[in-house]
Amino acid sequence: MNHLLEIKDLNVIFHIFGADVQAVRGISLQLNKGETLAIVGESGSGKSVTSKAVMGLIPNPPGEIATGEILFEGRDLVKYSKKQMQKVRGKEISMIFQDPMTALNPTMKIGKQIMEGLIKHQSLSKHDAKKRAIELLQLVGIPNPEKRVDEYPHQFSGGMRQRVVIAIALACNPKILIADEPTTALDVTIQAQILDLMRDLQEKTGTAIILITHDLGVVANLAQRVAVMYGGKIVETGTLDEIFYNPKHPYTWGLLSSMPKLHAKTDKLLAIPGTPPDLSNPPKGCPFAPRCPHAMKVCTEHMPAYTELSATQKAACWLLDERAPKVDPPTTIGVGGES
Amino acid sequence: MAEQREKLLQVKNLKKYFNVSRHDVLKAVDGVTFDVYKGETLGLVGESGCGKSTTGRTIIRLYDPTEGEVIFDDQDVGGKLNHSDKKKLSKRMQMIFQDPYASLNPRMMVKDIIAEGLDIHHLAKSPKERMERVYEMLETVGLNREHANRYPHEFSGGQRQRIGIARALAVDPDFIIADEPISALDVSIQAQVVNLLQELQEKQGLTYLFIAHDLSMVKHISDRVGVMYLGNMAELATSDEVYEHPLHPYTQSLLSAIPVADPKIERSRERIILEGDVPSPIDPPSGCRFRTRCPFAMDVCAKVRPKWHEVEEGHWVACHLHDEEMKTEKA
Repeated sequence: MNHLLEIKDLNVIFHIFGADVQAVRGISLQLNKGETLAIVGESGSGKSVTSKAVMGLIPNPPGEIATGEILFEGRDLVKYSKKQMQKVRGKEISMIFQDPMTALNPTMKIGKQIMEGLIKHQSLSKHDAKKRAIELLQLVGIPNPEKRVDEYPHQFSGGMRQRVVIAIALACNPKILIADEPTTALDVTIQAQILDLMRDLQEKTGTAIILITHDLGVVANLAQRVAVMYGGKIVETGTLDEIFYNPKHPYTWGLLSSMPKLHAKTDKLLAIPGTPPDLSNPPKGCPFAPRCPHAMKVCTEHMPAYTELSATQKAACWLLDERAPKVDPPTTIGVGGES
Repeated sequence: MAEQREKLLQVKNLKKYFNVSRHDVLKAVDGVTFDVYKGETLGLVGESGCGKSTTGRTIIRLYDPTEGEVIFDDQDVGGKLNHSDKKKLSKRMQMIFQDPYASLNPRMMVKDIIAEGLDIHHLAKSPKERMERVYEMLETVGLNREHANRYPHEFSGGQRQRIGIARALAVDPDFIIADEPISALDVSIQAQVVNLLQELQEKQGLTYLFIAHDLSMVKHISDRVGVMYLGNMAELATSDEVYEHPLHPYTQSLLSAIPVADPKIERSRERIILEGDVPSPIDPPSGCRFRTRCPFAMDVCAKVRPKWHEVEEGHWVACHLHDEEMKTEKA
């Protein structure tokens, strides 16, 4: 099967303070046309670094893509020069960032910021680009676009700024949109507006989305497939339902049960003890072993291989080995749906 | 049930205005009234700019109230306070801050951070007693004795928040205001800190005012929840009541806006998506503050500010839709 984007055994290392921080350690991922893939994980799990690697935005030095391939429609982006990458970035793959307050240039009218990409990539005339900018503002639901196109970012509220950022990202009809925590900086009612907008736009444009977030609620709302990252590795991937209702990795269990449920009573949250691993000196075995309640001797010694659980779901855990003892997930897992 | 319980804190018509320029006044908190009972957790939720943090900071007197009463344990602490009264208040009321990176002095050792309150209130009679108390606090919050001689930068976010909690607990307070204590932390660490706060409450009978924007976490930790919008309290009830039978249209839309970590619910749920943004608190709408975004707004909403009243026992709301007088008038 031909994937739109295929990441193969990607390793990203940052050389900092005399140490090598292995932020991403051999991950493989596929993204299909028009789908939404969510990458979830805690800070430092490597989810943002993965997306930056796809965009060719790893600062070098100190960062470096040590090994691996990023195949976009069969072409390896890792081998692309800076110049070649500029033609991909913003045109075929674009990105929206977490903080709409800093993603926009405060000294430039927002119309000009949208037009920038259009003029560069699509060689539109200034006049046509402005017309398109107004169309885009309308598309992302900004009232009065003819007037607002000539305003500066400070004249917009947080939610409106995020809409502008989305308009910029979608200006050249990219094939992939990477959304790095797109709603984290926003209030809940505004977050609902933006999530709605993103789903709506995806239906209209057919753009594939890589959604990076730590909020499982946002994932459940927007994604079709999920990859769970921990300690620079993907510990489990599957469809939305597989991850939420039939997760197999203890970290996914912990992540799901450490969140309080709005629709059910929880007496005590199941916290994951300890802290994430230090990736300048990553553990030899499974990165989650020191915090895992089911850790065995083999877990600290050897990294488990992926076990294929279905055509779409796989997890890297020694518990799934046939020689391992059988462990049941916490009772809170899998009781999906509301009465 | 609520009537028999002892009120630890009563806030009556509290207002806090800030002068932002010569002509403009920012009404951050504009007349909120609520009680906090002994031993309970009262959650305050709302979007940014709704005045929830200002309410907390005014109660603990980081700000001086513009108007209104704050009665803490039968003593009015909302008026003018001299230095020694403020000091007395701060022994009984403590605060945990949002950002564990900004709220600890990077040049102080952990032991001095935790013991600062002890020193100010002269609670430790000897250096030995001081250290004993520091060790005790560190162990209470799940850290080690060895951590006492380290500096804040040597700790992770979750550990720093534990230090912040230890500092608040050191003077043995009755009442703790936690202003977004977990928002800066990772999901798995959030659960650790929330569990710690709950354990401490059980053991020491603490009373919390828990300020947060994460509604699911607030529901989990609170006995009662107050919902704020643009400087006003919109609704206040027990947390189950607020989440199961919300009366105020703002509470309803706020609840429907939260994405739930359950794909089946997400697919079937109907959302009330609010239009537009929160208006500026410098020039808020007349009458009901929420009317500009409210799907049920009536004529009266623009003219009269809805009364803050108890519709059922323990369920307070400020909305014309639930005002008996308005209903009879209409009929």
